[in-house]
Amino acid sequence: MAAARHSPSAPPASSLEPLLAAKEIVICCGSGGVGKTTTSASAAAMAAAHLGGKVLVITVDPARRLANALGLERFGNVETQVPPALFAEAGIEPRGELWAAMLDTKQSWDELVRSHAPDARTRDAILANPLYENITGRFVQSHDYIAMERLYEIHASGRYDLIVVDTPPTRNAIDFLEAPDRMADFFSSRLLRWLTVPARSRVFTMASKPFYTVADRILGSQFLQDIAEFFLLFQTMYDGFVDRARAVTRTLSDKRTTFVVVSTLEAAPVREAEFFIDALRDRKFPLGAVVLNKVLPDWFGDRGATWSAQRLCTDAEPLAAAVAKVDDDVGDPTQLARVLAEVGESFLNFQVVATREADQRAELAEEATVLAAVPYADHDITDLGGLLELGASLWR
Amino acid sequence: MPTDLLDRRLLFVTGKGGVGKTTIAAALGQLAASRGKRTLLCEVDAKGNLAAAFETSPTEFEAREIAPGLWAMSMDTEASLREYLKLQLKLPLLSRLGPLARTFDFVANAAPGVKEILVVGKLCYEVRERHYDLVVVDAPASGHIVGQLAAPQAIGDLVHVGKVRDQTGWMQDILSDAATTGVVIVSTPEEMPVNETLELAGRLGTETPVDLAAVVVNRVLPELFTRGEEEVFRALREPAAVAALVDAVGGPVEPVLDGADLAVKMRRTRAEHLGELRTGLPAGTELLYVPELFQRTHGVRATGQIAEALSAELGY
Repeated sequence: MAAARHSPSAPPASSLEPLLAAKEIVICCGSGGVGKTTTSASAAAMAAAHLGGKVLVITVDPARRLANALGLERFGNVETQVPPALFAEAGIEPRGELWAAMLDTKQSWDELVRSHAPDARTRDAILANPLYENITGRFVQSHDYIAMERLYEIHASGRYDLIVVDTPPTRNAIDFLEAPDRMADFFSSRLLRWLTVPARSRVFTMASKPFYTVADRILGSQFLQDIAEFFLLFQTMYDGFVDRARAVTRTLSDKRTTFVVVSTLEAAPVREAEFFIDALRDRKFPLGAVVLNKVLPDWFGDRGATWSAQRLCTDAEPLAAAVAKVDDDVGDPTQLARVLAEVGESFLNFQVVATREADQRAELAEEATVLAAVPYADHDITDLGGLLELGASLWR
Repeated sequence: MPTDLLDRRLLFVTGKGGVGKTTIAAALGQLAASRGKRTLLCEVDAKGNLAAAFETSPTEFEAREIAPGLWAMSMDTEASLREYLKLQLKLPLLSRLGPLARTFDFVANAAPGVKEILVVGKLCYEVRERHYDLVVVDAPASGHIVGQLAAPQAIGDLVHVGKVRDQTGWMQDILSDAATTGVVIVSTPEEMPVNETLELAGRLGTETPVDLAAVVVNRVLPELFTRGEEEVFRALREPAAVAALVDAVGGPVEPVLDGADLAVKMRRTRAEHLGELRTGLPAGTELLYVPELFQRTHGVRATGQIAEALSAELGY
């Protein structure tokens, strides 16, 4: 294989292909704004195109353009097949099928309640409870749990060969790893039992009394009672929930699952990626690959080019004159000189960033074995062809 | 009459993850402090990015003066609860609050809005007590900020009596006064950040009482060429011209030209998104542009450069 055109120190990037071929669940995670959703979609598209089988990508909040790229007008909680015609348009005959679904937190919670509530009355009482509405709708802490729960449900159904998950933007990248455990802890907690003892028959123990005193004064006893009532209802789903949460955690650490950490080479996302890699290691969750997005081309680090760029800045005028002498298509030498100086300066500007990136990349490379790098896209992705083109750089 | 951005008392800086929200919040704080305002910077998603922007040791709940006139703290709901209990309820038995606060934290996690109100409450408290001229909040990302700003209202709807209920009124007053409180959305001229900015601008209006104070567009690329120059550049990419240039320079020029080409294309794509942002925002929204800085590192120096850029945009 020919060496890359101008290639300084960048470590060789490996492919995502073997990973996607070997696993059943690929969870893409990383901080916000690093291109997680696009990476997930393009990895899934590549798997469907080249590996075959039924591939599903679950995304959280795709850009309209991405939904369009997948040919989906209504991107709902329901799994929808990406029209095979789109692959044909991109000039590819896919070996498998690509499906997509979006995570609708509220709807997923409702489904969960429906399947775990002991009877219709409890179910309706929960669904109509104002606290429930608030927890599932207005506030977002429940996003992370529900994403993992839905992943579990779909995986257990056995409908897909490969599921690629785009994780929700949590406050903290590892929240969703702990969400199932937190949920299980919550349901088995003593506090919940205290709370759900009917107010009148409450026996105040020495331990619980101060809690009620403070809670009453702050929240008001009515609200406290509302909370208690809500949890009382919720507790009827205890067994189902705890079992489920444990099963979700088992799935996350299963051999068939792998995590892909997505990052750009900006300082903050890299910090978070490193933190995330550590968190996966601590919990013995399998880290499969690190994908670096929006990486500047490595020729920005080329020494010869740097030297040339510096010359363009310092000697723009004589260089312009020399070029204009041999080639009269390039116009007026004064204007050409300005262009040459701009070109040189722009290169050196980007080089500052590229150098910092190379440094960050080397640091990350020490942490993870597989690294795929996606070059900076100078245009937005508007169709499946664009996704596959991007995917090609994950596939080399 | 629109209020001058830094003359407000409480600014929530938010935006999609990765757009440079913390850096902009830090720079706004630094700029305000340099203009003689006692300023408090508060990081809500304690990730330590605020401390990194000033290259200082990690911030804590207890505000610390990190530069003349500039204080920094990080939000901690449990500490906020303790402070609240101490100030508001004058509770005895404070020594027993350790496990108590933990239990409470538990309820707060489950009961909607309690955590949010502890955050908003602390910030509004600092404003009400006039401890600072300006409080700049490095707020949660756009997906979470609405829940936070709407919390007093939500609590008001859910809780009918009790201390928390009594507290929501004055917070609402502070949040809904446009001369006092505003949201600054940070964006970059890219597809998703622009979409999220427009969506958030809409939701702020319908779901929260808080005014949209400004939109900061970060990482705007400089215009490389004028129209005439761009033609010259295109001519320069012809093989004959490249050969002539290689001869003249005596080194490789293709990557340098490729680099300029990439810069031009990136700018063009971003200009389109910028256009979408401008037309999509409510008329009269203040837009501030911060150029891409091509920094070597992120830290004090970058924060200062961005503060300067913002200062120029604000006409100081």
